[in-house]
Amino acid sequence: MAVVSSSGQRLGNRVAIAAVVVITIIFLLPIYWIGSTAFKPRNLATTAPPTIVFQPEISPFVKLFTKRVQLKPNEKIDVANAPWWEQMIFAGGERISRTGKGEIQLSGYPDRFINSLIVAITSTVLAVGMGTITAYGFSRFKVKGEADLLFFILSTRMLPPIVVAIPMFLMYRAAGLNDSHLGLIILYTAFNVSFAVWLMKGFIDEIPREYEEAALVDGYTRLEAFRKIVLPEAATGIAATAVFCFITAWNEYAFALILTNKKAQTAPPFIPSQIGSGLPDWTVIAAGTFLFLLPVAIFTFLLRNHLLRGMSFGAIRK
Amino acid sequence: MAEIELRHIDKHFGVVHVIKDVSLTVKDREFVVFLGPSGCGKTTTLRAIAGLEEIDSGDILLDGKPIQNLRAADRDIAFVFQNYALYPHFTVYQNLAFPLEAVRTPRAEVEQVVRSVAKSLGISHLLRARPSALSGGDMQRIAIGRALVRRPKALLLDEPIGSLDAKLREQMRVELKRLHYENGSTSIYVTHDQVEAMSLADRIVVMNEGVLQQVGTPTEVYLYPANLFVAQFIGSPVMNVAPTVVREVDGAAEVALDGLKFGMPADLIGMLNLKAARSDLSLGIRPEGVEVSLAERPGYRPVEAHLIQPYGGFDIVDLKSGDRTLRARTVSGFVPRPGTPVFARIDPAQAHFFDNQTGASLGIRLERFQEKMPEFSGSKALPNKGLDHFGVSAETPGEAGQGA
Ligand SMILES: Nc1ncnc2c1ncn2[C@@H]1O[C@H](COP(=O)(O)OP(=O)(O)OP(=O)(O)O)[C@@H](O)[C@H]1O
Ligand SMILES: [Mg+2]
Repeated sequence: MAVVSSSGQRLGNRVAIAAVVVITIIFLLPIYWIGSTAFKPRNLATTAPPTIVFQPEISPFVKLFTKRVQLKPNEKIDVANAPWWEQMIFAGGERISRTGKGEIQLSGYPDRFINSLIVAITSTVLAVGMGTITAYGFSRFKVKGEADLLFFILSTRMLPPIVVAIPMFLMYRAAGLNDSHLGLIILYTAFNVSFAVWLMKGFIDEIPREYEEAALVDGYTRLEAFRKIVLPEAATGIAATAVFCFITAWNEYAFALILTNKKAQTAPPFIPSQIGSGLPDWTVIAAGTFLFLLPVAIFTFLLRNHLLRGMSFGAIRK
Repeated sequence: MAEIELRHIDKHFGVVHVIKDVSLTVKDREFVVFLGPSGCGKTTTLRAIAGLEEIDSGDILLDGKPIQNLRAADRDIAFVFQNYALYPHFTVYQNLAFPLEAVRTPRAEVEQVVRSVAKSLGISHLLRARPSALSGGDMQRIAIGRALVRRPKALLLDEPIGSLDAKLREQMRVELKRLHYENGSTSIYVTHDQVEAMSLADRIVVMNEGVLQQVGTPTEVYLYPANLFVAQFIGSPVMNVAPTVVREVDGAAEVALDGLKFGMPADLIGMLNLKAARSDLSLGIRPEGVEVSLAERPGYRPVEAHLIQPYGGFDIVDLKSGDRTLRARTVSGFVPRPGTPVFARIDPAQAHFFDNQTGASLGIRLERFQEKMPEFSGSKALPNKGLDHFGVSAETPGEAGQGA
């Protein structure tokens, strides 16, 4: 049937597009704010009304990654021989602190960022891996009490997690898991695995059994059929599940704040903790936040095709 | 070389008894078709043979060796699924090569086998395509190709052409027949389409509700249905079946369908007596066994032509007498229009008698009437006499029945 678009429909389309543009701008505004502040000179960060046009600098990022000390009133500095990025620091009346051997001292941020990566990636891999295998079992085999078990798995998500924060803290202290990567990984995996099971079960249910059965009669074992047929077919679902698990683990704040303080601390509790020391430098905080946004953005961008297919899964599959 | 033997197979799904004591031997190189209505257990039986479904009891033997406890992978049986089950993330070539890679066939050999199978199926030009880009007929060819590449002992096909359109189905039927002729692999083919079954099978296995109803060549099953179910399941349009009473009148037999009475050879009485069955019978007669004449003739009963369905090569005419409808097959255009008064009789050679209690056929086979009609002058001079006066031509009933 040919669709002839009437002028009324065209107007409707324009209104819809205008609405989408407005909504997009509203949602992107905070991100723009963070992004622009991350590149502002310190004195322009807090002006009212906000400064829109400015000469971008990367000094906030230099400050983000380094430890600095105030210059003493008559301290001599060799401006000419200092590297370009340190010169920007001098302008603010500070210098980068060094060890006795002259090595640059890094701030706490890089370690926290790496902690975040370790914890989020490991827990995502574990949750998605275990979730996929569990979902496959539920989807393909007769499991006694399947409905009850699935409900039980889901029920672990029914309690607001923060309710168990104190018991968790005590248990972790007793088990020696406080402030350890392993502790956070276990927690985030446990938190995500139920979600992964349910999501993956939906995806695997959609893969016709005949694919594996064809592989079975063609001479493959169940495990080989799973690896060679089911996994590639479920790639879309795995990608979608991984993104969700990663985002949850990456953004988690409350438990990271309670269960870690230094060695295994992740970026979310660290970034606001900087505000507390003296007059906050908002440009540094914005730089830290801006960098923190990037991994999720990149991860989602890389998997975007899978995600789109995953979201409309039921719609396009017969 | 492969012979498949099923011995007393039973299978339940929960409380549902899906396969009931099925025993069957499929001979080497034989093409056997499982035919039955939806839900009768055809697929389940096939899957049990392939090892995709466990059976509750019984033995499945391949070349005399029990295989019911082997994994599907170790049975060396290929399976073609109704929905093809081509791996979407593989190309056609990879799909065809997949079974060979399972047994670690050297690359060069894989390539050679895949290409030769593709050539014999006429899909060489598709090897680099993805299954999703193909038509139903091509997908089906690839599914069969995938089953053939590793030269399995037996080939199981579950309604492989069920989802194709009518024209393509006919074409694929011929192709399947050719493939079987060339490869000669022992094959079991599942369908609920009787035309497919008739045209492909060496032997047809008619199933209903998990029970084997009859096993025989297409002609046997068509001409000598073992029971009411087979009689009515096979043949299109369906066989006329009605309760009947057989009486002896003037030394000959007479069958009554409500008010309609048809003469039958006297032998019938003796045969029924031999089977100790006179009452509670049904008479079955295929439309081509109902002979129609426009003129009144001895032994023919007056009826009225009702609906006429032209099939091109022949017509199916509903004959009415009171509430009783008898379906007859005539040459096309034989009965000019509905409402025409005509005369009909039943060819005893095509009459089937069934016991209403068990549904089983009594196995009565009568002779055709000896045509001796002195009152029709000149009828002997016409070699094709039937066409002038009868709706039925002189062809053999078995062939006539498959034309639909
Ligand atoms: N996995 C299963 N669990 C429970 N019941 C099943 C299962 N598979 C099949 N059945 C039931 O077993 C019976 C036989 O099914 P089967 O698929 O063998 O029939 P079929 O003859 O192949 O029918 P069709 O022509 O529709 O394919 C049906 O009543 C069906 O509902
Ligand atoms: Mg079936």
